[in-house]
Amino acid sequence: MPSHDALALLVLAPLLAACLTVLAPAAWRWLPVVGTLVALPVLLAILTPAVVGGGTLVLALAGHAAPLGIHLRADGLALLMLWLVALSGGAAAVAALRSHPPASPGGGYFWPLWLLLLAGLNALFVSADLFNVYVAIELVSLSAIALIAAGGQADALRAAMRYLLLAMLASLAYLLGVALLYAQHGSLDLYQLAAGVAQAGGGPAATPARAATLTALSLITVALLLKAAVFPLHMWLPQAHAQAPGPVSAVLSALVVKTGVYLLYRLWLWTAAGLDTAAVATLLGGLGAAAVVYGSLAALVQVQIKRVVAYSTVAQLGYLMLVFPLVGDPRAAPGAWMGAGCQLFAHGLAKAGMFLAAAALVHGMGSGRLDRLAGADKSQPISLFAFGLAGVSLMGLPPSGGFLAKWLLLEAAWMQRAWFWMAVLLLGSLLAAAYVYRVLAAAFVTPPAAAPGAAAPAQSSRGRPVPLSMSLPALLLAMASVAMGLWVEPLLEMLAIGPPPSVGPMPALGGRP
Amino acid sequence: MTEQLFAALPLWLVLISLVTALLIFLCGEARQRLRTTLNLLAAFLKLGLIAVMLRAVQGGTTFGFRWPLLPGLDLVLKADALTLLFATLSASLWLLTTVYAIGYMERSENRARFFGFFSLSVAATMGIATAGNLFTFFIFYELLTLSTWPLIVHRGTPASLRGGRVYLYYTLGGSVLLLTGLVALNGLAPGQDFIPRGALAPWSVGHDDELRVIFVLIAAGLGVKAALVPLHGWLPQAMVAPAPVSALLHAVAVVKAGAFGIVRLVEEVFGAELVARLGVGLGLAWVAGTTVLYGSVRALAQTDLKKRLAWSTVSQVSYVVLGVALGGSLALVGGLVHLVHQGLLKITLFFCAGVWAERFGIHRIDELDGLGPRLPWIGVSFSVAALGMIGLPPMVGFISKWLLGSGAIAAGQPWVVGVLVASTLLNAAYFLPLVHRLWFRPLAADVPPAVPLGRGAITAMTLPPVVTAALALGMGLLASTALSPLGWVRLIVERP
Repeated sequence: MPSHDALALLVLAPLLAACLTVLAPAAWRWLPVVGTLVALPVLLAILTPAVVGGGTLVLALAGHAAPLGIHLRADGLALLMLWLVALSGGAAAVAALRSHPPASPGGGYFWPLWLLLLAGLNALFVSADLFNVYVAIELVSLSAIALIAAGGQADALRAAMRYLLLAMLASLAYLLGVALLYAQHGSLDLYQLAAGVAQAGGGPAATPARAATLTALSLITVALLLKAAVFPLHMWLPQAHAQAPGPVSAVLSALVVKTGVYLLYRLWLWTAAGLDTAAVATLLGGLGAAAVVYGSLAALVQVQIKRVVAYSTVAQLGYLMLVFPLVGDPRAAPGAWMGAGCQLFAHGLAKAGMFLAAAALVHGMGSGRLDRLAGADKSQPISLFAFGLAGVSLMGLPPSGGFLAKWLLLEAAWMQRAWFWMAVLLLGSLLAAAYVYRVLAAAFVTPPAAAPGAAAPAQSSRGRPVPLSMSLPALLLAMASVAMGLWVEPLLEMLAIGPPPSVGPMPALGGRP
Repeated sequence: MTEQLFAALPLWLVLISLVTALLIFLCGEARQRLRTTLNLLAAFLKLGLIAVMLRAVQGGTTFGFRWPLLPGLDLVLKADALTLLFATLSASLWLLTTVYAIGYMERSENRARFFGFFSLSVAATMGIATAGNLFTFFIFYELLTLSTWPLIVHRGTPASLRGGRVYLYYTLGGSVLLLTGLVALNGLAPGQDFIPRGALAPWSVGHDDELRVIFVLIAAGLGVKAALVPLHGWLPQAMVAPAPVSALLHAVAVVKAGAFGIVRLVEEVFGAELVARLGVGLGLAWVAGTTVLYGSVRALAQTDLKKRLAWSTVSQVSYVVLGVALGGSLALVGGLVHLVHQGLLKITLFFCAGVWAERFGIHRIDELDGLGPRLPWIGVSFSVAALGMIGLPPMVGFISKWLLGSGAIAAGQPWVVGVLVASTLLNAAYFLPLVHRLWFRPLAADVPPAVPLGRGAITAMTLPPVVTAALALGMGLLASTALSPLGWVRLIVERP
């Protein structure tokens, strides 16, 4: 069936393309960008109606069923993330054309690595068992690290090295947890494990099964928290995202860190759904709250524009952690789940757009410092406008996807009278406004009238003209994150397919909740 | 199909300005004539649409546009009589401000940016006027904050940026309060539209305290923009903006949006009876009364002309809130009609202040000596508006105050009359000296010659204040006719 083929191709096609691009870079130089921009959306356009119309799609690769074979599974959340990959990845690929022309002699392995990264992301989002997830995580991490180091500057290499060491540590912990779970329950399937985990972990007695299960879950959770750069395991993110080339930062913040959050959702909302997770939910929510406050405050004191955006990612991921406590109450769960999906998607679009805009601004000014931004609204109006527009979504101001996400989460918190989480959400958006406006204000500064001929030439000589291929993708992504605020129906339709077991049936648009 | 398009006329009203803003941004800095044409074309088109809607609403047609955003939450635009009052005021004053700004900004930089965000602010104000529920209102309310910030910091000086920062502190803080109140309200009574006489009565059983908290939250969020004490601090700081922006903020957009929101909240969300029963109306009246007096007292102490006018706005806009909070149709009529009157009078004052600042570099009150005869049209307009603010009959200011006073007595709150009298005396105390200086003092020796501007620019800056002053005078003289704002407001209040 075409939809099953599309699902398989989403993982296999980028892998194949990566091989071709390595073997014959000149012959296949059109493949990376065209593939990302065209092939991914086309495949998704085939897959989406099948999932939305027919429910969760499960594909047993080569006909071998679990537990021996590999299952690929596309439900609403997976589909949402796949679309995010296609949109953010496509835009970032276009923006990367300028700095890394395909098949250029000094281009190195940028494009093959890019394709491997996309393959890994797609594989991760549709994987249905823990070991497949591990393979995908490794693929994503290693290609991301290599891409960060692609520029070759000392700072980038240092940041990439730190990320590598911490990622290896996380993978080790993850693998240990997986081994424990397999030993205990004999299955690696995320969904089949649910029954066994509930049984082992549910009882009050301290049985070996319970100890093993809980230890395994803790190990995996810590690993994922590190991958997702949740406070206080976030230290590697600001340098890594700020030192990477612009398009790479966009994909890192929009997609790679989301893998950790996505897997935490799968783990705690599906696999461990049968356990009493109130304490864990509160812990994760607390870490998220700390991330929101810490990330925003740190973003407020940065002097480099890309660092502001990187710390903003730390803060915004905190919102996604807040979903855990909010989903606990059955009345509020559908709203909280919709809020999670909206935040995942809106933040992905907005953050990718913001990083691309920041990269364009840095390229145009010749410097990454905020105090060099003065006059950017005249010299680079498109990039600055894209930055501001993406900022609107991050601040959660209407009309934007970020606002809808914030509204849904606030409603869910209100229904449970959870004042603390409400306060965190509101404080977070105020702080986000503070650091976004700080950057915009730097652009609006009128430089004091300098002595004629003295300061002006020195400044303009370092700036370079910014091509449309760098600024337009940023603007389009930012516009998409705002347009999402007016038309979120397709997203909600997707989210209604295969929600977590604890979330009941989802309300339809236009009806009363 | 055409039926649907016609019914969605409020949407076109918003979209015209949005598209204009986009086109202005795309045009770039250089194409000045195109930009001017676009601006004026859009302004006239808007007025035309509003005229069409006025006729239709008078005839009983309803307009509506509904767009589902989330389950149970729709974006609703409509055009009822109250909408059109605010929309007509905004659109006509906007046209005049655009003409004024074209002249004022002639020697300024970044005009494309200025006029682009200017148009965006109009779009937001039109959205606020046509909003059909609090959620839609909130969306455009926040859009207004977003689009007015670049206007305040336009000059890019450290003082401008500081003023902009204070503006954001207050307005974003207010938006947090407003959002919390909205979430709470939606949790209690999901998806309510604006309905005359209010929609919350069915939910008021057993939820009194919750409703009180919701009212306070939403009124506080709206009160930031409406400059209610103690949420008014941003307004004097925002005077760093260019004069067309100050005129806009103080007469049309931001401050009135807050007051308009409070009118909708009291009349069409809660309903006047519920507000009276909960007791929050009296509290709001107290806050408004305090603001009226405090604003006037602070205005007295100012030496900078624009700052004095700013504090006067703080005081005057609270008349509207006072009228709404007191309950009873007389007070409501007084408050609503003051929305129009204060808009006209204050915009005249700011236009004139801007002309003096641009042409003579004058910012302080003691520099005003003898300027009346120097630019006679401006001097007369300023004096007419100042006398109107004081409220001498037959000026429009008198009409609003008389109605408010009568309404207060009818509502059983005679202390309001004391507030009104005290405020009038204070108004006289800080406006009469200005008029005296203009006409009865000799020109100071060190007044520089007027900055030479093109004839077009001079006309563009002189015509609007003359028009608004004449309108204010005319509205006072013709107040008893049905054509006047007073007639329109009576229609709004007396319609079931």
